[in-house]
Amino acid sequence: MEIAMAFVIGGLYAAAIYMMLRRSIVKLVIGLVLLSNAANLLIFTAAGLTRGAPPLVNVGDVLPPGPSADPLAQALILTAIVIGFGVLAFAVVLIHRAYEVVGADDMDKMKDTDT
Amino acid sequence: MLYAILSTFVLAAFSPWVHRLAGRYSGWVLALLPAALFVYFASFLPAINAGETVVIVTPWMPGLDIQLSFLVDGLSLLFALLISGIGFFIISYAGRYLEGDRDLGRFYVVMLSFMGSMLGLVLADNLIAMFVFWELTSVTSYLLIGYRNEDPKARKAALQGLIVTVGGGLALLAGIVMLAIAGGSYELSEILNSGDAVREHALYLPMLILILLGAFTKSAQVPFHFWLPNAMAAPTPVSAYLHSATMVKAGIYLLARLNPSLGGTEVWFTVLALFGAVTMFLGVFLSFRSTGIKSVLAYSTIMALGTLTMLIGIGTETALLAAMTFLLAHSLYKGALFLIAGILDHEAGVKDFLQTGGLRGALPITSALAMLSALSLAGVVPMLGFVAKEAMLESVLEAPGLVPVLTLLAMASAILGVAVAAIVGIRPWFGPRVETPKRPHEAPPALIAGPMVMAGLGLVFGLGPGLADGGILAAAARAVNGGVPVETYLSLWHGLNWPLAISALALVTGLLLYSRWDRARERLAWVDIAARFGPERGYDRLMDGIVRISEWQTRLLQSGYLRYYIMFIVLATAVMVGVTAQIFDVSAGPLRLQDLRFYELAILAVMGASALFAVLSQSRLGAVAALGAFGFTVALTYVMFSAADVGITQILVETLTVILLVLVLFRLPGFLGLSPRLIKLRDAAVAMAGGGMVMLLLLSTHNAREFPSIAWYFIEEAVPAGQGRNVVNVILVDFRALDTLGEIFVLALAAVGVYAMIRFRAEDRK
Repeated sequence: MEIAMAFVIGGLYAAAIYMMLRRSIVKLVIGLVLLSNAANLLIFTAAGLTRGAPPLVNVGDVLPPGPSADPLAQALILTAIVIGFGVLAFAVVLIHRAYEVVGADDMDKMKDTDT
Repeated sequence: MLYAILSTFVLAAFSPWVHRLAGRYSGWVLALLPAALFVYFASFLPAINAGETVVIVTPWMPGLDIQLSFLVDGLSLLFALLISGIGFFIISYAGRYLEGDRDLGRFYVVMLSFMGSMLGLVLADNLIAMFVFWELTSVTSYLLIGYRNEDPKARKAALQGLIVTVGGGLALLAGIVMLAIAGGSYELSEILNSGDAVREHALYLPMLILILLGAFTKSAQVPFHFWLPNAMAAPTPVSAYLHSATMVKAGIYLLARLNPSLGGTEVWFTVLALFGAVTMFLGVFLSFRSTGIKSVLAYSTIMALGTLTMLIGIGTETALLAAMTFLLAHSLYKGALFLIAGILDHEAGVKDFLQTGGLRGALPITSALAMLSALSLAGVVPMLGFVAKEAMLESVLEAPGLVPVLTLLAMASAILGVAVAAIVGIRPWFGPRVETPKRPHEAPPALIAGPMVMAGLGLVFGLGPGLADGGILAAAARAVNGGVPVETYLSLWHGLNWPLAISALALVTGLLLYSRWDRARERLAWVDIAARFGPERGYDRLMDGIVRISEWQTRLLQSGYLRYYIMFIVLATAVMVGVTAQIFDVSAGPLRLQDLRFYELAILAVMGASALFAVLSQSRLGAVAALGAFGFTVALTYVMFSAADVGITQILVETLTVILLVLVLFRLPGFLGLSPRLIKLRDAAVAMAGGGMVMLLLLSTHNAREFPSIAWYFIEEAVPAGQGRNVVNVILVDFRALDTLGEIFVLALAAVGVYAMIRFRAEDRK
């Protein structure tokens, strides 16, 4: 499964990079969303994929029954998802604001500092 | 020992206040420290003379095996005594010379720091510590040379000195690391005992080249000699100090110090003797045709440095003793002469020998001292300079090879040296009186004390070479000789022999040359033209080239377009990862896809397809919708592979993201086709390279675990320590709670930012 995931994640990175190379800011944002998801999946996959064994402990036990998925990677990704969202929300509003000032969706028109 | 060196830096930090408190006596007050240090170092003399070597160790970074250890033997003690002894006169002199100068406080700070660095350099036993002090002397001398920072020439000279010496320092660092590898230790005291291992090591030649680069740049050997005369932009006390006992002698110290482990080979002899001899001749030649007081002295320093390098290269016992004697003699007369140059500038306002003449009557003591020092410079009986010069000529005649070349250069230098000494010792004082810008008068005690003691010592040691020979000089020569005592002695009278004959010849010819000085300078005007193609021009070209290259690469890399930055980052990373993968022979491993289940494959397919659609879509709503679908497949993937909490979070966040995007992007115009097809293809290629690299990384790291996972700690401790049964939750709110706090903080900041941007818009509209 990791092998298939590797191909998909590589494709996602390519898509994200391609979108970030565009002049349109909206496409840049889409690229950003793709990139953060791809990065999360990358960490998730690198930690090893385990089917049907969440890191949960039964009532009264001290350890999970049998081997379980890597909880540390999950915790990291969970944090990353939330922070990614915060950054995205900020970026989107910023873009909107910039569009109101500059009047264009083209980053080449935002090079000057004075508007 | 540590406190002795630290004390200079501590005093340096407080010196501006001392200066403010002590006022015009600040020079004397601050000079008390070098005087005290001199006494402290002198207390080592009996032990060192008895043949001991003292090593003082202070742990510094025990983990990295770096110690602050100090090595006191004849060589380092000779240098330490010179640095602190001459330092005393320089600082007291500077207090008077620069009296009333606005920046005198700053001057003391840098001067004392420089002295401390220099002491550290010669006393350090650890190579790394020595290197740190070495660089500190470069930096502090930069500040000293550029002391008159309003003057562009001073700034340029300071920068030139810094770049040349620090560039050499860089080579030196590589060299001493190799030396430590070959010698098996970073401690000089141990390396010096493993000379054979170093000389037979495969790295010997590269090591030697790199270390010599460091020493040659510092000690202004040809072709790096050009920075030293330019460094004359510094105030005179600084020049006196840099030239007599410190800075430029650091390279000589290094050569002498490493002679037991690096010396004794054919390469060592050839390179040092040749470069030294050429430097010696070129220095004195350029000195002869200069007229500025300080530049004549500066070029003659280059001669001295060349002589010392040559002598260390020759490396016979006579040569080593000659080198140490010459070192002492040169420090004494050059220090005195520079201080006298300062007196001429200060009391008569002259900076050029052509402006001087007949000053003997106005400055009787100064003129006597100048003549005495000039005698030592010329190598005339009964000064220490004479003893040193005889020993030098003797060792040249006994050199293990290249005798004709070295003898010729040494003879020519001796002749020109006499002429230069005559310029210094006769020209300003005799002949018709020339009007000077200031009415000349004798210098105050603070200015005259230094030259008096130094010139006097030159005479005393000359009359009784045994005074120095039996003690510190023999000990120093022994240290340079690898601890083996040198079986030779100094004396004024060696009988009628070749060196004496050469000296006599040089004296006569040199004086003759001096009498035709004016005409000789005209004849030598071509040197100015030749100098345009010299190493200094190479330096200037190099500097211009660096500026041009950085302009070009700044324009290339700092284009101001985000996409080009991203492109460079992606391509650079891809290339570096690719090359590394090639070097370490990283392979992807077998492509096994059997364990794939049908529904997983379906989800992955949807994920890829929705991402592709988001990229290709012409409509923003379509792209956002595809992005939503993509996000949910990612969430499903998390759930499938035992990450329920992550899946839930992803679903929540994805929902919010889609809502946010729809709300905001709807207010923006539709996509425009901004890029032509070719650009799109290029970007696609870059993207493929980046994506391919990530894929390769993931494939190659698959199942690769170099260290045991730390996740087990969290799984085992979740219930006992965290009192929670969902391990991921326990990590977030318990083990890594501070991270989560930071995360909350980031979100709050983002929220404040979003709110502010919306608020400001509302206010704009009002």
